[in-house]
Amino acid sequence: MYVAVKGGERAIDNAHAWLAEERRGDKAVAELGVAQIREQLALAVNRVMAEGSLFDPDLAALAIKQARGDLIEAIFLIRAYRTTLPRFGGSTPIETEAMVCDRRVSATFKDAPGGQVLGPTFDYTHRLLDFKLAADGEVAPVQTGTPYEGATPHIMSFLDREDLIQREPEGADVPADLTRMPLELPASRALRLQSLTRGDEGFILGLAYSTQRGYARNHAFVAELRIGSVAVEMEIPELGFAIEIGEITATECETVNQFQGSKTQPPQFTRGYGLVFGMSERKAISMALVDRALRWKELGEDNLGAPAQDEEFVLYHSDNIQATGFLEHIKLPHYVDFQSELELIRKLRREAQVPKAAQAESAEASGGNLSGKMKEGAVT
Amino acid sequence: MSDYNFAYLDEQTKRMIRRAILKGLAIPGYQVPFASREMPMPYGWGTGGVQVSAAVLTPDDTFKVIDQGADDTTNAVSIRRFFQKTAGVAVTEATAEASVIQTRHRIPEQDLRSDQILVYQVPIPEPLRFLEPSEVETRKMHGLEEYGLMHVKLYEDISQHGDIATAYAYPVKVEGRYMMDPSPIPKFDNPKLEMAGIQLFGAGREQRIYALPPYTKVVSLDFEDYPFQPTKADHACDLCGSEVSYLDELIVDDQGGRMFMCSDTDYCATRRRQGHVGTQGLPHKEDAA
Repeated sequence: MYVAVKGGERAIDNAHAWLAEERRGDKAVAELGVAQIREQLALAVNRVMAEGSLFDPDLAALAIKQARGDLIEAIFLIRAYRTTLPRFGGSTPIETEAMVCDRRVSATFKDAPGGQVLGPTFDYTHRLLDFKLAADGEVAPVQTGTPYEGATPHIMSFLDREDLIQREPEGADVPADLTRMPLELPASRALRLQSLTRGDEGFILGLAYSTQRGYARNHAFVAELRIGSVAVEMEIPELGFAIEIGEITATECETVNQFQGSKTQPPQFTRGYGLVFGMSERKAISMALVDRALRWKELGEDNLGAPAQDEEFVLYHSDNIQATGFLEHIKLPHYVDFQSELELIRKLRREAQVPKAAQAESAEASGGNLSGKMKEGAVT
Repeated sequence: MSDYNFAYLDEQTKRMIRRAILKGLAIPGYQVPFASREMPMPYGWGTGGVQVSAAVLTPDDTFKVIDQGADDTTNAVSIRRFFQKTAGVAVTEATAEASVIQTRHRIPEQDLRSDQILVYQVPIPEPLRFLEPSEVETRKMHGLEEYGLMHVKLYEDISQHGDIATAYAYPVKVEGRYMMDPSPIPKFDNPKLEMAGIQLFGAGREQRIYALPPYTKVVSLDFEDYPFQPTKADHACDLCGSEVSYLDELIVDDQGGRMFMCSDTDYCATRRRQGHVGTQGLPHKEDAA
């Protein structure tokens, strides 16, 4: 007798044990510490925090270790953990104006108060494999200086003063929370930005790139890109005022985009906005471009039918945890569904082959038997 | 597992899900949006069903999980273990003994009773999705009861193939109002949708819950001259000899040899225990098949 494949508890247990062994790799090689990941794979940690929607470098590093370096799997671990955490409340909006910047560049003005700070960027490195790193990763001491203490106002504020950039209305006090409410469309801009900031970096990048190549082009200039640490403050009801509860690293990108105007309104530039946990400037710039593309309706532009303009398309497909789950689930058993398709296709083929001979004789007479009258009442 | 609440989800979340379930029961076939949580298993693995099960389970329940009709496929095992661990509920493979049954793609062969709940895992809750990709549009269509698109699709199937070319996830109309996707069950199972038990459908990734209260009228769409036909493989089960159960087809050699066996493993095992033997079956022994 044939014994059908039994998934079985043993198979699962053995698979997990094997997975753990593979994760550890060759035991002759020292085990990777979570602190090493946090410190030396910081950009991976940043991505996991951003798309996991949880600012906690230690947990993100742990997730990366557990996921064997599969960042989407690590993001998934963080999300599944995050959703079990109680919600104490919302912070006050972070003041990125007061950010202590590690990096701050503008593509629109050569200089501005606060200056341009190149910071720790790959931008002008030559992408040559550094074979020395394979043997020895120690670095020479870096020159230090006194930190800049003055204000670093947003570049946008200068355009704002001249009324050259479109004004942004105040948002709701407490924006809706994408992780606590089902997504309903049309979504507010705040909700769209929430979705974009936790969306898959590759997907958002691809959409942003498509706008640059002409699928709803919006002529973006990076007015400012800043990376640094900001304080998070929260209003504590018992105290009656806001106190600082911690500090996060964030990347903020503001774009100046094509202007618009009409007979009654002089032309003004428009804005795109990106804000991401950690040092994630590729993601922040992408987000700003896609944000801008999604604003076509509110800014009175035409719907060009571009993917990046389609709110439903973007928001429903940007989440890599949803996407990867649904994509990969097709490897699960579908015996039953496939069996029903097998029966159907065999039946259709039988029917197609039998009447062919019979039909050939009375070919011109009938146009098929498809009067197809709906059965009233059955379906209405 | 004391780190987590009973059945994993916190009580606030369960309450939110129960509200969605109650709304779904009040409007049979209507897809209720709910704030689906990330679960510790991937979307596509039954997170909607798991959330619904977590919201309805009580400590006194006896839980059964089937995937493709079988209790012993890997994902059924995994989900069953999840609730054993997080809820400590009793589990069973016997359909009759279960008070809550979570299923993927099948309805058990044995009729359910009014004290049983059947929880479906749903991938795409929207029956019109593959005709109209936009959720904004399909919600409008449901609101207006504008289902012509589906009838045209079925009609075009007939004109092209001579038959309605939908074999699973066959659309139904509920109480003469909402068109509903019964999840990817084979259309063989559609007649069983009118049952004594409560049926709850959970779509985690798509954030929708819908429901069929007991004895709700559920009509599979068809035409007068092309009536709905539930179909199965034209065989008897090779293990238990049943001629009325839905069958899985297995390839047994490289010469095109086939064998058929019940997809409902509990049904098949029960029949074999009762002494029924198919053409390739052995008399029942514990642990056979």
